[in-house]
Amino acid sequence: MEMLVYLIPISLFLGGLGLAAFFWALKSHQYDDPEGDSQRILSPDWEDEPRP
Amino acid sequence: MNTAVPTQVSGCPACAASPAAEALAEQSKSGDARILLSLPTIHCSGCISAVERGLLAHPGVKSARVNLTLKRASIEAAPDVEAGDLIKALDGVGYTAHELDRGLLSATENDKAGRDLLMRLAVAGFAAMNVMLLSVAIWSGAEAATRDLFHWISAAIALPTIAFSAQPFFKNAMRALSVRRLNMDVPISLAILLAAGMSLYETTQSGEHAYFDAALSLTFFLLAGRYLDHRTRAVARSAAEELAALEVPRATRLNGETEEVVAIAELVVGDLVRVKPGGRMPVDGFVTEGASEIDRSLLTGETLPVFAGIGQSVSAGEVNLTGPLTLKVTAAGEDSSLHVMADLVAMAESSKNRYTSLADRAAQIYAPGVHLLAFVAFAGWLWISGGDVRLALNIAVAVLIITCPCALGLAVPAVTTAASGQLFRKGMLIKDGTALERLAEIDTVVFDKTGTLTEGRPELTNLNDHDIKDLEVALALAEGSSHPLAVALVDALNEANVKAATVTDLKEVPGYGIEAQFCGMPVRLGRAAWVDAEASEMTATYLSVGKASPVSFTFVDRLRAGAEQAVAELKAQGKTVHLISGDIPAAVQAMAERLGIENWVAEALPEEKASAIGAVTRAGARVLMVGDGLNDTAALAAAHVSISPATALDAARVASDIVLLGVDLAPLAEATVIAEKSVSRIRENFGIAVVYNLIAVPVALLGFATPLAAALAMSLSSISVSLNALRLR
Repeated sequence: MEMLVYLIPISLFLGGLGLAAFFWALKSHQYDDPEGDSQRILSPDWEDEPRP
Repeated sequence: MNTAVPTQVSGCPACAASPAAEALAEQSKSGDARILLSLPTIHCSGCISAVERGLLAHPGVKSARVNLTLKRASIEAAPDVEAGDLIKALDGVGYTAHELDRGLLSATENDKAGRDLLMRLAVAGFAAMNVMLLSVAIWSGAEAATRDLFHWISAAIALPTIAFSAQPFFKNAMRALSVRRLNMDVPISLAILLAAGMSLYETTQSGEHAYFDAALSLTFFLLAGRYLDHRTRAVARSAAEELAALEVPRATRLNGETEEVVAIAELVVGDLVRVKPGGRMPVDGFVTEGASEIDRSLLTGETLPVFAGIGQSVSAGEVNLTGPLTLKVTAAGEDSSLHVMADLVAMAESSKNRYTSLADRAAQIYAPGVHLLAFVAFAGWLWISGGDVRLALNIAVAVLIITCPCALGLAVPAVTTAASGQLFRKGMLIKDGTALERLAEIDTVVFDKTGTLTEGRPELTNLNDHDIKDLEVALALAEGSSHPLAVALVDALNEANVKAATVTDLKEVPGYGIEAQFCGMPVRLGRAAWVDAEASEMTATYLSVGKASPVSFTFVDRLRAGAEQAVAELKAQGKTVHLISGDIPAAVQAMAERLGIENWVAEALPEEKASAIGAVTRAGARVLMVGDGLNDTAALAAAHVSISPATALDAARVASDIVLLGVDLAPLAEATVIAEKSVSRIRENFGIAVVYNLIAVPVALLGFATPLAAALAMSLSSISVSLNALRLR
């Protein structure tokens, strides 16, 4: 049962990481155009290099 | 809205300032122009890159980004780039674009409320998952110190989460209680707070049952419902504002010799305004210079253009057809006839707000019922157990949690989200939350004629009655004008492969017609009086060649695509169809016979249209009004539910509940089917919620409910309701 002392904080930390990632995505406007983003992956523009 | 000052982009480096505020800041720095364009026809990745490439190829454009979800492009460009040039450039690559007024759009561009809800939803979801994980350990038999530890960890996660995520419910409940009313959020807040408080107490007492997981999953499911509800509304609102923003209101004012483009709001009585052919009158006024014909169909429903010479008074919203006109403003802004009509609409609208939606009706029964039930459980167990407050309170909390309206909270938004998504794909936009329910109830449909059943574009009817020589002369003359009848004549003659005759000295006489010389004879095409012809009742233009008696070319308004299908399907559904128009009887009768509509009224004034709908409503019918003109607005507002095409004047679109984005009328009949289906789904969802309560409430009242049972019941009912809503697709 002593493992719980490590496991519970680890699970909370990993979950928290996911939550922080979601916050970052939301704040950097990645949910503003879900439909467009799903279509953009099909376009060959900017495939080999990042957008200037 | 944006209150950020340009110099201070955002106080906190971690959180991005609202995009509009940032753009504002950038603009003031570099002097760049930011242009927003609406692109109604884009739909795929090919469109995105074609549009972005087309825009970037335009000199002066620094960046262009397409948002496919909102069907919009935002462009940053050098200050001298005009939106009109970009629209032309896009037209060249095959996409229609309209300029959007950024002032009107700022509210929807950064959907703060939606993001806020999503954030709270994510936090609640994260906490609910973690606490549920710990709860599973407890349910599978953790005991004594382990259980207490798990309960304490759960409390540490749950309490801050509830304080953050459940705030929207608390705020709404406080608002309702402060005016001494009950709404759905009161029992929700009570259940969440009592469950959390009671569980905390149980934890300190090393108790067996804690409801932290239930309180959190309750918050999560209900927030999901709230978010769906918000999305549906936000999409409708943003699209409605986009439509309003389409007509950037500007007018050309004459200052002595110079012309100046100003906002309509800046015009005052006495100003001189120039209206070019094809332009819409921005204000009420009278003609001081020029002669032309004006199209009043949007205001009155008449299809025949009216002559406008010096002294003729015109109203805002009428379209100038042939020659440039100079107007002296007699009423601008708030006083113009457009706004007077809008006031009429506002009055009719207030009667519509009395409609109570299904969800509201359910809440009216539900909220007091739940409180009563929880109180009965508390008092009953206090009496049975002989004063055991802890036991009685525990059972009351279990009752509150079990009856909590997860299914009810999801029942309506899940269905309306699915239904409005389906309607949006068919080209219909729901502007009002209860429109779907009202649309499901209708049994009578009233159509307007001009611009609704017809496209408002004339079509030549008597091509074969004429000599080939007359046709050749008519074509030569008609090509010299941009009058709608002349354009329609040219289209029809080109299609019939008529070659234009050679004429000389061609000139257009604004307001009258076109004249020229043909083989030494004067030839004229235009109004009846001008060519010495006898005016007929039909929409027509007249041709005279030399001394020969004049011939007439008659036109009918072109039927809108899908109009026949829509009327036929609505009749097949057993609905009564009416046609009420402001046009002359001959034209209305012809249209009614062509579409098989038995009930028709012609030459109806705006008030008569509204009162006709009032009469049918009093007779017990529920009316759907479909119309586009200013003369329809009062009728649109008076009807049970109303639809207008996107080409309608903004006053008509504002007054209607649903906007038809495409040209085709056929989706109309499908919309009523979808509405009926979605209302029956909502009712089924209520049924599921009731059945679930009938089983769960007695169990909770008898004191058999455990946290595990509550979690199971809650998840099952929420999922079954959501799945039922998805069946709509």
